[in-house]
Amino acid sequence: MAKLILSMDGLVLKEIPLSKERTSIGRKPSNDIQIDNLAVSGEHAVIVTIMSDSFLEDLGSTNGTIVNGNPVKKHFLQNNDVIELGKYKLKFLAEAGVPASASAADFEKTMVLRPSTMKTVVEQARSAAPGGGQQAAQAARAAAVQQAAAAAAGVAAKDTTGGSKAPAPSPAPAAASAAPAAAPAGGAPAAAPAQAPAATPAAAAAPKTAQLLGAIQILSGSNAGKALELIKPLTTLGKPGVQVAVLTRRPQGYFITHVEGAKQPSVNGQSIGTAPHALKDHDVIELAGVKMEFFVKG
Amino acid sequence: MDLSSALEISTCTDPGIVRPHNEDSVAADAVTGLVVLADGMGGYNAGEVASGMATTVIKAEVAQILGNVEPHLVDEKTNKVFAELILREQIRKANASIYHAAQSQPQYAGMGTTLVACLFYDNRVMVGHLGDSRLYRLRNKKLRQITRDHSLLQEQIDAGLITAAQAKNAAHKNLVTRALGIDPGVEPELHEYRTQPDDIYLLCSDGLCDMVGDDDIALTLKALGRHLNLATQQLVQMANDNGGRDNVSVILVRILREYPAARGVVGKFFAWLK
Repeated sequence: MAKLILSMDGLVLKEIPLSKERTSIGRKPSNDIQIDNLAVSGEHAVIVTIMSDSFLEDLGSTNGTIVNGNPVKKHFLQNNDVIELGKYKLKFLAEAGVPASASAADFEKTMVLRPSTMKTVVEQARSAAPGGGQQAAQAARAAAVQQAAAAAAGVAAKDTTGGSKAPAPSPAPAAASAAPAAAPAGGAPAAAPAQAPAATPAAAAAPKTAQLLGAIQILSGSNAGKALELIKPLTTLGKPGVQVAVLTRRPQGYFITHVEGAKQPSVNGQSIGTAPHALKDHDVIELAGVKMEFFVKG
Repeated sequence: MDLSSALEISTCTDPGIVRPHNEDSVAADAVTGLVVLADGMGGYNAGEVASGMATTVIKAEVAQILGNVEPHLVDEKTNKVFAELILREQIRKANASIYHAAQSQPQYAGMGTTLVACLFYDNRVMVGHLGDSRLYRLRNKKLRQITRDHSLLQEQIDAGLITAAQAKNAAHKNLVTRALGIDPGVEPELHEYRTQPDDIYLLCSDGLCDMVGDDDIALTLKALGRHLNLATQQLVQMANDNGGRDNVSVILVRILREYPAARGVVGKFFAWLK
C-alpha cells in the first residue's frame, strides 16, 4: 500500500498509509490527515487512490499545494514526490514491490481497445443521465476510457505466460459498471479527476546510462585551437558539398561516419571507408583538409 | 505518372533488441508515390502476417488502380479526389483480408495491425492512418507530428485527464482504439496536405517515437536529411541504443522537386517529354 510520511523541518512526525479511496488533508478535525497549522486551509487537498495509483487534488486552498517545488491543482503522484503544505512536508512513497518490471514488457505490446464497446458505454451513460446532458456523458466516457484501460492492463498482466498479444478482450463489463457510477456524479467537476489515475507508472522512457562526454579540438586551419563538446547525439562536421562526416554519440562511445564527399575522412592517417568508425581518446581526425583531435572529457 | 524522380525514399525495419521477431512491415513504391508502414499484433507469427498483408495488399492494389485512374481528379458523385477514394477503399480491402484470415484460421485469430500510408500526387500527399503508427514532417527545419494517434492515451490527453508530459510515463501506451483486421468494417482517418520541395516525411512505428525523443528525431533529419539512408539507419540505431524494446520501422520520403499532375493535352505532352 502507498503511504505518506509527514514531516516538518526534517523531523518525521507520522507515517500514514493510504488505505482509503479518498484521503482528505486539512486543518479541520474532520480530515483524515489533520494538520493544525494556520497556513493550511480547513479543507486543503485530497488524495484519491484507485488500485495502486494516487492522485492529489488541491481543494482551492488559500496557500496552495506544492509538489516537488511546483504549485499544482491536480497531480498524479509518483514515488518520492514531496507535497508541501505550509511548513509541512508529505513524502509520497508508492506501494513497495509493484511488479513493474515483470509486466512492463506486456504493457508495451500493442493492443486494440474495441471502440464499439466504448460507444455503447457512452450511450448507456447518456440514457442513464437524460437531464445531465453533455457533461455527465463526458464524465462517463472519461470513466469508461479509464476503466477500459484498467481492465485491459489487468488482462495483459495476467497473460504473461501466453506470449500472445491479441487485442484486448471486450472491456465492456468493467466499463459498463463504471458508467452508472460516474453518471450521477457527472454534474460535479470533481468527478472527472477522481476517475483519472488508472495508469500505473511503469516503463518510463529509455534508461539513460551514464555516457562519456567527448570533445574535439581543432588542430589546423583558421579555427585552430577551438574546441567543441560533443553533447548532442549527433554532430556534423566538415564543409557541405566538399566533405561531411557525422559524429554519433552512443552508449558504446563515439563513432565517426562518412556522409558526403568524394573522399572519406581519415583517422590517425587511415581512411575510415564508408562504415562507422569507433573513436578512441586522442584520435586525430582529418576532414576537408582540417585536422582535429578527439578526446574524452570523462 | 512516374514519381521516382520527384521522391527519394528510404526504408528500414528492425526487430529491436528485445523482441524475437519483427511484426512491423514496410512497403514503398517511388513510381506510384506510395509508402505504407504497419505494426502488427497477435500471437506467434500472426502480427507479421497481419502487417505483411496490409502493406502488400495496399501497395499492389493501389499500383494497379493508379494505372487507370488519375489520383488528382475529383469524383463527380462524392466530390472527393480519387486519391482519397482509392486509399480508403484499399485500406478497407486490406482490413477485410486480414479480418477474414483471422476468422478462418485459428492460428491467426485476433490478429490486427496499425497502419500509416501516404500517397503522393500532384504536389500533395494523402495521408491515411489507423492506430499509433505516425507521420511526421520536417519543413523549414521544424518537425511536426501530422497524424494523431488513435490510442487510449491520446483520448485521455484530449479529454484533459492527463498532460502530454504525464503521457510519457503512462503504462498503457500500447492500447490503440482503431486498427486494421479487428472488425469487419473500418474507418481510416484520411487527410490531404500540400507538399513542398525539401520536405521530409517520416513514417514510423511506435518503436521509434517511444524510444527516441522528437528533438533527437528532428536533429537527425536536419543533419542527415540529404542522405536518407544514413538518416533511417541513424534513427533505428538511436532507438536500439535507447533500449530497442519494440520493433522499429522507419520510412523517410524527401520531396526532390515539384510534381504537378499533367493537366490537358499540352501538360501531358510535357510530362511525356520528362
